[in-house]
Amino acid sequence: MFDRDRWIEIFETIRKNKLRTVLSGFTVALGIYIFIILFGLGNGLKNTFQEFFLDDAENVIFVYPGRTSIPYKGFKSGRVIEFDNSDIADIKNNFSYYLEYISPRIFSRVTATYQNESDNYRKLSVGPDHQYIEKTVIMYGRYLNEQDLNDRKKYAVIGRLVALDLFEKQDAVGNYIDLNGIAYKVIGVFQDSGGDRIERIIYTPYTTEQLINKNTDEISTFAVTFKKNLGHAGSLIFENELRKFLKEKKAISPKDPRGVYLSNLADELKQTQQFAGVLQTIVSIVGIGTLIAGIIGISNIMVFVVKERTKELGIRKALGASPRSVINMVLQESILITTFSGYVGLFLGILTLSGFGDSLEQYFVKNPYINLNTAIFATVVLIICGGIAGYIPAKRAASIKPIVALRDE
Amino acid sequence: MIRLEDIHKSYKMGKSSLHVLKGINVEVNPGELVAIMGSSGSGKSTLLNILGMLDVADRGHYELDGITIKNLNEKRAARYRNNLLGFVFQSFNLINYKSALENVALPLYYKGISRKERQKVAMGLLERVGLKPWATHLPNELSGGQKQRVAIARALVSKPKVVLADEPTGALDSTTSYEVMNLIKEINAEGKTILVVTHERDISQMCNRIIKLKDGEIAEDSLTANGALNK
Repeated sequence: MFDRDRWIEIFETIRKNKLRTVLSGFTVALGIYIFIILFGLGNGLKNTFQEFFLDDAENVIFVYPGRTSIPYKGFKSGRVIEFDNSDIADIKNNFSYYLEYISPRIFSRVTATYQNESDNYRKLSVGPDHQYIEKTVIMYGRYLNEQDLNDRKKYAVIGRLVALDLFEKQDAVGNYIDLNGIAYKVIGVFQDSGGDRIERIIYTPYTTEQLINKNTDEISTFAVTFKKNLGHAGSLIFENELRKFLKEKKAISPKDPRGVYLSNLADELKQTQQFAGVLQTIVSIVGIGTLIAGIIGISNIMVFVVKERTKELGIRKALGASPRSVINMVLQESILITTFSGYVGLFLGILTLSGFGDSLEQYFVKNPYINLNTAIFATVVLIICGGIAGYIPAKRAASIKPIVALRDE
Repeated sequence: MIRLEDIHKSYKMGKSSLHVLKGINVEVNPGELVAIMGSSGSGKSTLLNILGMLDVADRGHYELDGITIKNLNEKRAARYRNNLLGFVFQSFNLINYKSALENVALPLYYKGISRKERQKVAMGLLERVGLKPWATHLPNELSGGQKQRVAIARALVSKPKVVLADEPTGALDSTTSYEVMNLIKEINAEGKTILVVTHERDISQMCNRIIKLKDGEIAEDSLTANGALNK
């Protein structure tokens, strides 16, 4: 194996058969390269997905009103349920053991204008707790506080992209923007890892919104977070208790599946993780598929290479080469080439992946990477398969009688 | 040097079998230059393959340089071929990516001789066949006659007991054929036992002895004028 003379012979063979060497080396390098790129991009996709869907606090329950479907306590079915400020206060009082944060969420669409810049955004009117529910990160200025709420201030906390659109490079904090004809003072700019959609939101105090809407105390939806130490079981109890409480208060039949909706992220999280699992499976299948394609590629080349060398191997045998030395020569040569080019492909693939960096984020690929162990494992698999693919025809070629191999075509 | 006794060989062709060699008895003494003649299908190539241990007889006794050749596995056959035999083929069978020198040196590689020694011995033989200036040339840069001379040098490099030449002049024009045959004769004159398979009469006449095969049997075994003279 480590006979110097044999290696010299092999290196000479490689050097003097450049096309063959390049062909098989290229196949292996390309196989590994594509495997690493695809696997890495798949991982990037997974990263984006996780960030996108796992952005909100995991202990959030969103509560939406609906329309009743069963007559109850003298009310007809089809009654529209509405939440108001008293509901928030009651939940705060009744569920202090479970409750962490609670905030109304009132959505509307607004046209925001600053000087000559104008665009449409979503306005979300909330309470101070919402910062923790949504995991909002303040870049400049501050978030809404209780004082703003009590004073019904016309304050706005705008998303990073809103600030970018309207103020470009200017400082947004302290300036006034026009939201559907009403001037709001920008008190803060936020960013959110949840993506562009969220960074185009404008937060305002919900009390201010209610004042503008004919001084109502209506709340379209709200979100609560429960204490994390409750665990999954505790969260389910809380969810059930909360549903029961709201149905009781709004006179909805306990049997009515509609009327009020609660979305528990703990359940959603489970689904999300299942989906992430599916994504992982797809990424794996793509990876394995690429690898198989690479193996088939190198196998084809190997069969071709040995076929091409049949005559040479016959000559060598006639000159006194034993079958084993013929097989070893072919194998060592192919393993040398596949190992070398496999690691070239590995290196280039990882280099390309790290070159991508965050440039593909707009295509939902974030931080593409490949676990080095996976990459090396794939390379080794390809080398072994290349070896096997070379061994079988080499063995056949070595067992062909020289006289057959030397027969003129 | 070579003793064949009652060599039989048949090939299976589907259900029937083709009896190619039907009891060949030959004795070749050291230093002989023997031509094996015969029309195609007479069994001369099969005989040469058996002599070259490239094929195995069904029946009979084959002795080469006092060694009985039988029950060969591939490894032993390879070793015997390497030590006892040199081959010259009609189509030269040089390895096309190796220089003339490397081609000549190749059998020594399988003998386990050091690189330096190989180059030295091979260069000596190239000089012997008059191709020293072409040592670094690749086969496709050589003429047919030069290629065959390289092949002859290669056949001689491992100092074999017997050289087997299968139609060595089959791919050459007549002038070159005579040059190659003269080289073979010179080598024979130095004491090497050589068997030449040919179907050309004038080539066979340049040998010492002619064995004519017909339908798998020896039809004639006679000395040429040369041979009679040498005796």
